[in-house]
Amino acid sequence: MIVAKPKPVEEIIESVNGFDRILLVGCNECVTVCEAGGRKEVGVLASALRMHFLNQGKNVRIDEETLERQCDREYLEEVRNRIDQYDAVLSLACGVGVQFMAETYFQTPVVPGVDTCFMGVTEERGVWSERCQGCGQCVLARTGGICPVSRCAKRLFNGPCGGSTQGKCELSKDVECAWQLIIDRLTELGRLDDYEELAPVKDWSTERAGGPRRVEREDVRQ
Amino acid sequence: MSDVKTPSKLERVLAAGHQAVTSECGPPRGSDAEEIRSKAEMIRNHVDAINITDNQTSVTRLCSLASCIHLKSAGVEPVLQMVVRDRNRIAIQSDILGAASFDICNILCLSGDHQAFGDNPQGQNVFDIDSMQLIQTVRYMRDEGRFLGGDEIHRPPRMFVGAAANPFADPFEIRVPRLAKKVAAGAEFIQTQCIYNLDKFERWMAQARDRGLTEKVAVLAGVTPLKSAGMAKYMKNRVPGMEVPDEVVKRMSGVAKEQQAQEGIDICVETIQRLKEVEGVRGFHVMAIEWEQKVPEIVERSGLHPRPELD
Repeated sequence: MIVAKPKPVEEIIESVNGFDRILLVGCNECVTVCEAGGRKEVGVLASALRMHFLNQGKNVRIDEETLERQCDREYLEEVRNRIDQYDAVLSLACGVGVQFMAETYFQTPVVPGVDTCFMGVTEERGVWSERCQGCGQCVLARTGGICPVSRCAKRLFNGPCGGSTQGKCELSKDVECAWQLIIDRLTELGRLDDYEELAPVKDWSTERAGGPRRVEREDVRQ
Repeated sequence: MSDVKTPSKLERVLAAGHQAVTSECGPPRGSDAEEIRSKAEMIRNHVDAINITDNQTSVTRLCSLASCIHLKSAGVEPVLQMVVRDRNRIAIQSDILGAASFDICNILCLSGDHQAFGDNPQGQNVFDIDSMQLIQTVRYMRDEGRFLGGDEIHRPPRMFVGAAANPFADPFEIRVPRLAKKVAAGAEFIQTQCIYNLDKFERWMAQARDRGLTEKVAVLAGVTPLKSAGMAKYMKNRVPGMEVPDEVVKRMSGVAKEQQAQEGIDICVETIQRLKEVEGVRGFHVMAIEWEQKVPEIVERSGLHPRPELD
């Protein structure tokens, strides 16, 4: 999933300053799972904002809505008939949803309520970590199912570097060394000999480096 | 030993069967070239070549390439250190040609410390290719006379290609396979991490010999004199990938503070003397961090002076 975390409420207040009618919109997908922007978080944030504006003596209307997804046009359409009633949308979707909302309602200011972090997993309740950077050319078959692009701080294809210490990255004792994990897994699979194959220079044109990306599939297109 | 492939003095010293001696200097945090020249002046007669570090620990400094040019102009043989942290493949190949245009003919291929350790922790990093692929890149440019993109290079770089090896990093079981990978990538000389755990280093060398690696690559054993017991403890506890055994810390702590520097130099000399006898050790890389003036004493007392004169 796409993992996001709530922005500090002070920053959100700053960004909606001056708007009197705000539609606060959550998303029922990834940000619900990572507890940053689902129906529950919409409710909590709406209460906090109402309280703040009340204390300031301001009359600000905050309405709540949570869409199934903000990355699909059909769900964004659900608020079309009332979007004109608002001065701004405060979206708790990931950066993808915020942008698609802004594209869909071109005349309405849209501000983000979360910081979008990465594609990752729930390790345990309240702990999420990165697994994929969407490089566009998956190498996991060669690396024991552990990604050197997203999990090695230097994205080394022929690691580990000299900073790997007791299974941890030189960055911090809280960060696993991806190459230790790869070696452990290759050992477990009886494939440690694969380690000695030199990984070729990567084609980064399918990654961010190649510019904004797009997938078009004729087999699915209508 | 096969014929030399480059004009590198370091390569020729090794080819002639001598134990080589290299050292390294960190460039200044400013633009005064005199700082780099004066460091080199202290050690030029005691080493075959001097590495110039490339923004080590990610702290911004005068660039390695320009520093190497200053050394070259002063008649000292430089080893250009290059990290892949800060340059993409275009800049890497371009800088290699820039160095080659000044006939700088040694390069050490490194990953580079993560920028989080330096003075710009909020900066971006590159890591377009890794250190292993940098070795391949230089060899390809030199041996095939081509850019990575396939186009021909007019006057290809003639560089003796080196890499670092850390026998002490984890996991230990892949330290020798990793060396094998670097040799397969095309490394011709290796400079190791500072050695304080001699037993472990000798085990690593034995495994390297068993795999025939020491016949394919010249291993220069890395040594760093300890200035104080505090430095020993710091390196033991704080420097990733560094191994300082308790007995070394104990020995440094066991002498009076004002004698600790001399004790550190004694340990360094004893290390070289022991490792000189290890089969496959082809020389030494003496990294006296901001203590270059002690290199002559270390080299002389280790019986590595005078340095060979080559035609």
